[in-house]
Amino acid sequence: MTAAVAPEKPEMPDSLGTSKRNGTAGAASLRSVARNYVERVRGGELGALPAVLGLIVLCVFFAALRPVFLSELNFANLLTQGAGSIAIAMGLVFVLLLGEIDLSAGYASGVCAAVLAILLTDHGWPWFAAVGAAILTGTVIGLLLGVLVAKVGIPSFVVTLAAFLGFQGIVLMLLKEGTNISIRDQTILAVANNNLSPALGWSLFAVSVAAYAAIQFRQNRNRRQRGLATSPPTLLAVRIGGLAVLGAVAVHLLNQERSRNVIVDSLKGVPIVVPVIAVLLVAGTFLLQRTSFGLHIYAVGGNAEAARRAGINVAAIRITAFVICSSLAAVGGIIAASRGNSVDPNTGGSNVLLLAVGAAVIGGTSLFGGRGRVVDAVLGGMVVAVIQNGMGLMGYSSGVKYAVTGSVLLVAAGVDALSRRRAVQR
Amino acid sequence: MTATPILRLRGIDKSFGPVQVLHDVSFDVHPGEVTALVGDNGAGKSTLVKCIGGIHPIDGGEYWFEDEEVQVHSPRDAAALGVEIVYQDLALCDNLDIVQNMFLGREKRRGLVLDDATMEEMAAKTLEGLSVRTVKSIRQQVSSLSGGQRQTVAIAKAVLWNSKVVILDEPTAALGVAQTAQVLELVRRLADNGLAVVLISHNMNDVFAVSDRIAALYLGRMAAQIRTSDVTHAQVVELITSGRSGDLGLATTNGATA
Ligand SMILES: Nc1ncnc2c1ncn2[C@@H]1O[C@H](COP(=O)(O)OP(=O)(O)OP(=O)(O)O)[C@@H](O)[C@H]1O
Ligand SMILES: [Mg+2]
Repeated sequence: MTAAVAPEKPEMPDSLGTSKRNGTAGAASLRSVARNYVERVRGGELGALPAVLGLIVLCVFFAALRPVFLSELNFANLLTQGAGSIAIAMGLVFVLLLGEIDLSAGYASGVCAAVLAILLTDHGWPWFAAVGAAILTGTVIGLLLGVLVAKVGIPSFVVTLAAFLGFQGIVLMLLKEGTNISIRDQTILAVANNNLSPALGWSLFAVSVAAYAAIQFRQNRNRRQRGLATSPPTLLAVRIGGLAVLGAVAVHLLNQERSRNVIVDSLKGVPIVVPVIAVLLVAGTFLLQRTSFGLHIYAVGGNAEAARRAGINVAAIRITAFVICSSLAAVGGIIAASRGNSVDPNTGGSNVLLLAVGAAVIGGTSLFGGRGRVVDAVLGGMVVAVIQNGMGLMGYSSGVKYAVTGSVLLVAAGVDALSRRRAVQR
Repeated sequence: MTATPILRLRGIDKSFGPVQVLHDVSFDVHPGEVTALVGDNGAGKSTLVKCIGGIHPIDGGEYWFEDEEVQVHSPRDAAALGVEIVYQDLALCDNLDIVQNMFLGREKRRGLVLDDATMEEMAAKTLEGLSVRTVKSIRQQVSSLSGGQRQTVAIAKAVLWNSKVVILDEPTAALGVAQTAQVLELVRRLADNGLAVVLISHNMNDVFAVSDRIAALYLGRMAAQIRTSDVTHAQVVELITSGRSGDLGLATTNGATA
């Protein structure tokens, strides 16, 4: 008779599995974690290392030559200067992860800022409605770009180069050939010009550190209970302690009085853009590192054909990345409008896009796709801001500033290309 | 014979435009056995496999799975039946780690959040079940793996999903001697665990080392499906090169009816 062998589910019998679990046992020692890290760096996985080192070197350099660089006022300036392009750079990370580029993100932010200004000032919309409309404009722009790239199949370089020109024109048309619309809404102006009260700054800091620690501990406990590899406790302490110390120093410095004339106007506290950027950073990091969507972005950037065969809707992932990019560009435009107290045809123009791309790449996001994180945009954005700010303090002309920033971008892209070659060669 | 086939194809035709690549192909795959699919370059092996995997729609014929006729239109349909294919180019993402690759497109989640712990557990268990001891850590990026290790990951990915039929398209083509032996051992173990395995290979030694049955395609026609123990190397080579060997194989092409 036909003794049908029941097709056994591949819940492979344990009798076969005599091996120890592959690298999943217990807490890894600090040394093995360090060794792994060194190995990864040598294998071309530099991550944020160059940006962090560069930031430290630049800060020491400028502080030595121009002590005013370290003043509280300048520190606060640095943060508000960098915030707009950091927001745009965060969006670019999503597109760069796919191995695509968005050259129009700068002017997209300009279009959205113009929409904001017109609705606020000319039409008297409440700030939240105008902000919503500006971000929606970004979303629609991203949808358009994404469909042209993913569905029609035009290379993103060409689509966004065309959009770069087109949006420049739209900004001019919206602003009636170059008039300047000033922003008078107090809430919008506050974003880049006002500060949290010192007490609020400290409480937000405490809540963030506590939340970070709680998440880390919970994750580690869950993994320990299930017998999976956990981070060594020392590493955990260093991470949480590092965040706490850096954050505390920053909040403390920013809570000092920065006003030259206290009687006229007190100026202290964490600039409001800082929590705005922090929220975007946390949300973006969560999306990329903890959700299927984020994983699929990395997969499409790493090997689009493999992603397709795994049943991932590659076109949808591409379109969504462009939507996120342009929507974050809108946020960057809102911050720029707030900081400039107005919107003009140059908002989002000139070097805004290049600085944002530079920020993402300097921070460690690869131009070849598949590698990068949202935090890269923040670190790289700080490097760019420090260069601009420090060189300004030293009295260099904008020409020199551009040249130096361009060189740094080139160096970062070179490091990216070389480390990629190294990774491929193995 | 022994087991009833889990997968049965009958009269499969497949054309690409004017070119008919598969002619009236019948193919049986049995649980607990390794079926070697052999044939010369261009005989239609990969095409047949892609039809089974839902990548190419079939033009005509019947697709039976577990005694039911089914329609397979996409890779998802095949996966839902429990048919997994390891492609020759493997299709792994170099920038993701082993666990992420194994679960790509079918991640375990808790609410919105990826359930890394569960995926890591399942991946470790599957690799353990395959007695894979060569990878250092399952959180290693795939770019750092050797060819054999990558092949192993691709196979483990196919086995993870309660799959019933695993099809491997030339899994050892790019591997060295030692790694080939490892992969073949793994292939044999899958079948011994009750899965139906289809192995495409050009290497007769490998075919005779692990297979229970051999199916030989000749110019898009199934020349013969026989038990490995019933034939010799020379006979299989003849089936591959001329479509027949003694009384085995296709009726002589000269005498075929018009
Ligand atoms: N997508 C396609 N479009 C047109 N023709 C195709 C396509 N795929 C395969 N063919 C043709 O079908 C025939 C069989 O190809 P197939 O890849 O199935 O052969 P194979 O047996 O796998 O060969 P090999 O051993 O070289 O891998 C070849 O003549 C090939 O040119
Ligand atoms: Mg083939």
